[in-house]
Amino acid sequence: MDITTKQFRRCDLVKAVGRIDSQTAPEVRDAFEALTNDGRFRLVFDMSEVTFISSVGVWVLLETQKACKRYNRGDLVIANVNEKIKHTLDLAGLLSFFRIYDDVLEAVGSF
Amino acid sequence: MYKATFPGRFKSLAEISEFVSRAINEIGFDETTAYTILVAVDEACTNIIEHAYGGEGRGDIQCSCDVSEDSVTIILRDRGKPFDPSTVPEPNFSVPLQELDLCGAGLVLIQKIMDETSFVSTPDGENVLTMIKRK
Repeated sequence: MDITTKQFRRCDLVKAVGRIDSQTAPEVRDAFEALTNDGRFRLVFDMSEVTFISSVGVWVLLETQKACKRYNRGDLVIANVNEKIKHTLDLAGLLSFFRIYDDVLEAVGSF
Repeated sequence: MYKATFPGRFKSLAEISEFVSRAINEIGFDETTAYTILVAVDEACTNIIEHAYGGEGRGDIQCSCDVSEDSVTIILRDRGKPFDPSTVPEPNFSVPLQELDLCGAGLVLIQKIMDETSFVSTPDGENVLTMIKRK
């Protein structure tokens, strides 16, 4: 899976391309952990090119969110999530744990 | 009737998804419904690999999709540990984030997505998960 990270002044942007399931979720977890282990807890996840995310993938996002929000040190926000994925997160009852932005600029600007 | 057998490995999940996608495309579900069906199938197959087989490479998953004019019946078969859905705890999302545990959430999601879900373990050691989605 293709995952890129980009550092901004006030936050870090993570972008993944393709399908996040039990096979690929560990790669996404590693990318987020590299940042949180480095003390970087203000994160934007660009989902514009994520075609599918299973609950294992959502769990990676929730674990990352837990790390970010612990001691109020940051937040993981989501940008560009497509309606299908948004609907599924809502159905799973997990949408409320994330701030969602329509584009990356807005998400980065929120920090 | 679409029928195929896949190795019980996480690598198979994308292939199973494509296989089911071909079947449900025939019915013409709207894009969101089609997507959620694939989420349910992924969830079920992940459970088979992780819980029924206790890991990757320990058995196969047989998948069949029976397509009618207005519904699809997806059947997943494995020969792992029998599964009793009544033993799975109900997830609680009304807790602070730090206490959140997704245990049981996948099963609830499958049941929310599909119109009918049934689990049967046969005497000869086969687990049969039947999921029906109507248009």
